[in-house]
Amino acid sequence: MTNYKVIFDITRTHLQSRLKQTSVAALGVTFGIGTFIIMMGFMTGLNGLLDGLILNRTPHIHIYNEIKPTEVQPIQFDDSFAGDFNIIHNVKPKESLVRVHNALPIISELQKDKRVKGVTAQAMARVFYVAGSIELNGIVNGIDVMEEVKLFNFGDYIVEGSGESLLKNNNGILLGAGIAKKMSLSVDDKINVSTPNGGFFPLKIVGIYQSGLAEVDNTQSYVNLKTAQQLLGEGSNYISDINVKLYNMELAPEMAKELTKSFDLTATDIQTANAQFETGTSIRNLITYAVSITLLIVAGFGIYNILNMLIYEKMNDIAILKATGFSGSDVKKIFISQAIIIGFIGGMLGLILGFIGSVMIDNAPFETEAMPTIKTYPIEYNPLFYIVGITFAMISTFLAGYLPARKAENIDPVEIIRGE
Amino acid sequence: MVVLESKKINKHFHNPIDFHVLKDITFSIEQGEFVSIMGKSGCGKSTLLYILSTMDTDYTGELHLAGKLVSGRPQQELAIIRNEHIGFVFQFHYLLPEFSVLDNVMLPARKLGKKSYKEIKQNAYDKLELLGIKEQADKKASMLSGGQKQRVSIARALINDPAIIMGDEPTGNLDSKNSENVFNIFKDLSSNQNLSLLIVTHDQDFANKTDRIIEMGDGKIIS
Repeated sequence: MTNYKVIFDITRTHLQSRLKQTSVAALGVTFGIGTFIIMMGFMTGLNGLLDGLILNRTPHIHIYNEIKPTEVQPIQFDDSFAGDFNIIHNVKPKESLVRVHNALPIISELQKDKRVKGVTAQAMARVFYVAGSIELNGIVNGIDVMEEVKLFNFGDYIVEGSGESLLKNNNGILLGAGIAKKMSLSVDDKINVSTPNGGFFPLKIVGIYQSGLAEVDNTQSYVNLKTAQQLLGEGSNYISDINVKLYNMELAPEMAKELTKSFDLTATDIQTANAQFETGTSIRNLITYAVSITLLIVAGFGIYNILNMLIYEKMNDIAILKATGFSGSDVKKIFISQAIIIGFIGGMLGLILGFIGSVMIDNAPFETEAMPTIKTYPIEYNPLFYIVGITFAMISTFLAGYLPARKAENIDPVEIIRGE
Repeated sequence: MVVLESKKINKHFHNPIDFHVLKDITFSIEQGEFVSIMGKSGCGKSTLLYILSTMDTDYTGELHLAGKLVSGRPQQELAIIRNEHIGFVFQFHYLLPEFSVLDNVMLPARKLGKKSYKEIKQNAYDKLELLGIKEQADKKASMLSGGQKQRVSIARALINDPAIIMGDEPTGNLDSKNSENVFNIFKDLSSNQNLSLLIVTHDQDFANKTDRIIEMGDGKIIS
């Protein structure tokens, strides 16, 4: 038995006659929601960027041959010592090859697996970069460059030259940016590389590689897989690392275990190798939510205050409405709908403000040595933030309006009318 | 026909100490009767009026309005009864200051929701015309003078064609000319429209001109 049209007319008149207070309350919500959207977008964008920096180019499973002591010592094969307490001194790692045993069959086996998106093989060689009298030690990785580009966004990190030029030139090298700077070399220059076993190879710089991690850029360079195998003086079956990319990253730990078991190799999954990134991401999210919710609660208190004041100012109106036949719940609806309208208008403006802020940040230039592919600040436009933002605005303003409105509902008109 | 009837209404104030403010109030008002309640300050006449108006529910006894028992009904229902059957005029003018005069008069009818917006608007104009303030209809309520405001609140009290009009010293805050004016309006409503009126007043001249005076003292009806 509520005539909503009348309730709404009263609500509207109240809001219009206090345009300034209403605007201030709505602006509180606007800034709360706007900041929420901007912070969420920025933080998630940043998370994506940082994750991408490490995770995009990290294989989901990394297979290699780790040098370690044999788990089963010879004495354990002799049954006559079983059950005794055997102490072995000076355990040394077993002499074994750095390369992955039976790498090529393993690769073809992995490629057949339905979970696997792609497999790349690498051959790592320790070298000295020689230019004149300077010698710098470093690592040269032999790679299948096009596969790396496809699977691990390798192309993003080639700042000069390109992957294709490496493919075309068997004596080409993608030199680490740090090394290039130290030796003042650039594309098309020559660099000599000497290997520990005495080899000496002149290579042509076809590109510069920059990962953003100084430690890597100061030592690491890339050549074709075949070239690396030549540097090492090994055949085409010499492969030191196998990198696997899966369709679903979450399967990595399980599959790594499986591979370790069936191939008797070390297989590390991405979750184990980069556990700290997951932690960082979730903590940043937590902070973002905490700050945003605090902002919205502050905005909620603003609305609470203004409505409370409004109700004190409107005591006479409330009494008169009740005397002329409006029930307590009608009066409550009048004030709650005021809060909801403030919340809705403020919230919508907040979404717009958040979007504009996001676009501005998105276009603000951001150039850094560490991230050669990034030109502007990272921002994510996720519709979910906007939905969460407006929902939170509505809920918090409803709560902020509900308490004063309930007070208005319970005002005794007789007290007000007789009070004067 | 009896419009309003009270049977053995008793009321206590509990704060700060127990005080028996109304004692066995029993009386009735006929349709078309113009009744005034008189008495010294603190005798309980306003308290009685607010009980009769259904706004105060903290009492014992029975209250019948337009043939129906209203004692003990829930607030929600009482609001509807007030809306439909009782018109109010207060000492202070109690209009909604941000609304226009017309909106103020229309509000109770729009709450009742029995007529279309157009009909209600026409009705409100008619009531304002009856009270001689039609030309003020579009002004904001806060812009009117005291006497005009009181006439607007009488128009508002009339909008739902109530069974009875109640007034708590409606002329208490007006000069003698405006008091006279308001009295004439009430008298006219009572005799020409057969409307019942129950007015609490301090003004002996005003009371003397009504059909019946209920004299109260110490929470009881004296005469």
